Amino acid sequence: MKEVLFTVKENAAIAPGVFKMRLEGDTSAVTRPGQFVSISVESFFLRRPFSVCDRDRGSLTVCYRVTGGGTEKMSSLGRGERLSALTGLGNGFDTEKAGDRPLLIGGGMGATPLLYLARALVAEGKSVTAVLGFKTKAESILISELEKAGARVLVCTEDGSLGEKGIVTELMARTDYSYFYACGPEAMLRAVEKSAVSGGEMSLEAALGCGFGACMGCSIETISGAKRVCRDGPVFERGEVIWTQK
Amino acid sequence: MDTKVSLSGLTLSNPVIPASGTFGYGREFAELYDINCLGSFAFKGTTLSPRFGNPQPRIAECCGGMLNAVGLQNPGIDHVIAHELQEIKTYFQKPVIANVSGFSIDEYVACCSKLDDCDNVGIIEVNISCPNVHNGGMSFGTQPESASEVTRAVKSVTKKPVYMKLSPNVTDIVSIARACESAGADGISMINTLMGMRIDLKTRCPVLANTTGGLSGPAVFPVALRMVYQVYEAVDIPIIGMGGVSSAGDVIEMMLAGASAVGMGAANLKDPFACKKAVEALPEAMEKYEINSLKDIIGGAHRG
Repeated sequence: MKEVLFTVKENAAIAPGVFKMRLEGDTSAVTRPGQFVSISVESFFLRRPFSVCDRDRGSLTVCYRVTGGGTEKMSSLGRGERLSALTGLGNGFDTEKAGDRPLLIGGGMGATPLLYLARALVAEGKSVTAVLGFKTKAESILISELEKAGARVLVCTEDGSLGEKGIVTELMARTDYSYFYACGPEAMLRAVEKSAVSGGEMSLEAALGCGFGACMGCSIETISGAKRVCRDGPVFERGEVIWTQK
Repeated sequence: MDTKVSLSGLTLSNPVIPASGTFGYGREFAELYDINCLGSFAFKGTTLSPRFGNPQPRIAECCGGMLNAVGLQNPGIDHVIAHELQEIKTYFQKPVIANVSGFSIDEYVACCSKLDDCDNVGIIEVNISCPNVHNGGMSFGTQPESASEVTRAVKSVTKKPVYMKLSPNVTDIVSIARACESAGADGISMINTLMGMRIDLKTRCPVLANTTGGLSGPAVFPVALRMVYQVYEAVDIPIIGMGGVSSAGDVIEMMLAGASAVGMGAANLKDPFACKKAVEALPEAMEKYEINSLKDIIGGAHRG
């Protein structure tokens, strides 16, 4: 973990209410896809956590949906403005387990960390497929970026406005894969875990306090005891999480 | 310039103490900086048996602070003594403050009795003020009689200084502090969080799964300061003052109100370097306000 003062290089809408922000600064603490950064927004007490969507040596990208005052303020920031962030948080995905045909599964904003992951896997010579699910075509994100990164991308939407009408588990069932990496709403993760035919791992979301393991605000129950989503996760292996009844 | 303070015979190099529940067992922070620069630190509240705590979500935000409803997640006193306390020795060479909580007087007694032999525990901080558990924690800290009963019981099983951690969620915190002092407490830690809540406008439901949570952060600082000020006038035992402290200036202000040492809590969660920054800024702040020795300013705001 490292505290870095970033400079906003780009901050533009990529879908209604969804923004992509590129931040220039020291990205050395981000060592694995699936890790996240926690951004300090002026006049808000807690930092905002966002998974790293893409990175290179001098900059990283986050995608965020405007859901409240903090993200609304972020969306108004222009090029050249400075932002403090804690970087390199969380465990990230383990690309060594991918096998030769990894499947990336993203639901809605959960597509975000998959771009950086796809780049890493393609660089390792893997044949990468991504299945992405969105509510509507208007809400779809990162499809062309994932294709450019070298992944085969299959898309479904709930209303059929883009790709197939349906949900990601239906596309998954028709795909041949060696291992899966999933990120999305809890209901999707549970469905993926239930229907997957290989091992895999999933990135979870939680309301964080600190983001680095001090406050126990984000703890969940797992088969090996309580774990912190921010520090021991956000990525957990298939079968590890004890889902709470809802 | 002298930043040293003392708590019941324990000399601290400076008054800054990360508050329980915001610093874990110090490990995450020790990876970022040498935490031996701190006066001490209070580790995560510990109960007799392991506890998972409350369901998610446990964290909410508000203007000037945050709410938590963690609910005393901890691995239990035996695990803490066998593992966490031993591991702390590898990165923190000073005595720590052991924070304990319970659901019965017997549980408080059992925890304190087990901690009595632990050489790196300098002070036992007895939490009778957790707002996030039911039938325990705060229920002991809202009446002078039960506060006094817990104090007397734990004092009889440990030679270590006992500091009672008080809740601000009471009508008269002074009477609780007095009751603890009369029952033999060596000091007072105050304040724990203020009970609050948030409601999600979209779902129309409470944000926290526990419905209510404890408010901390800069928003509570004036309340904490006022309560420390009032308790200082009523008791002769030292006070560890805490509640929204975020800077060296806040540390000095809290000492002027009557604190002998100062806890910093929520500030650590927003900025993991907050305590280090406060320690490093103290000498300059002392120079600015013409303070030669921090000890000399304790209770300095009281007239007469």
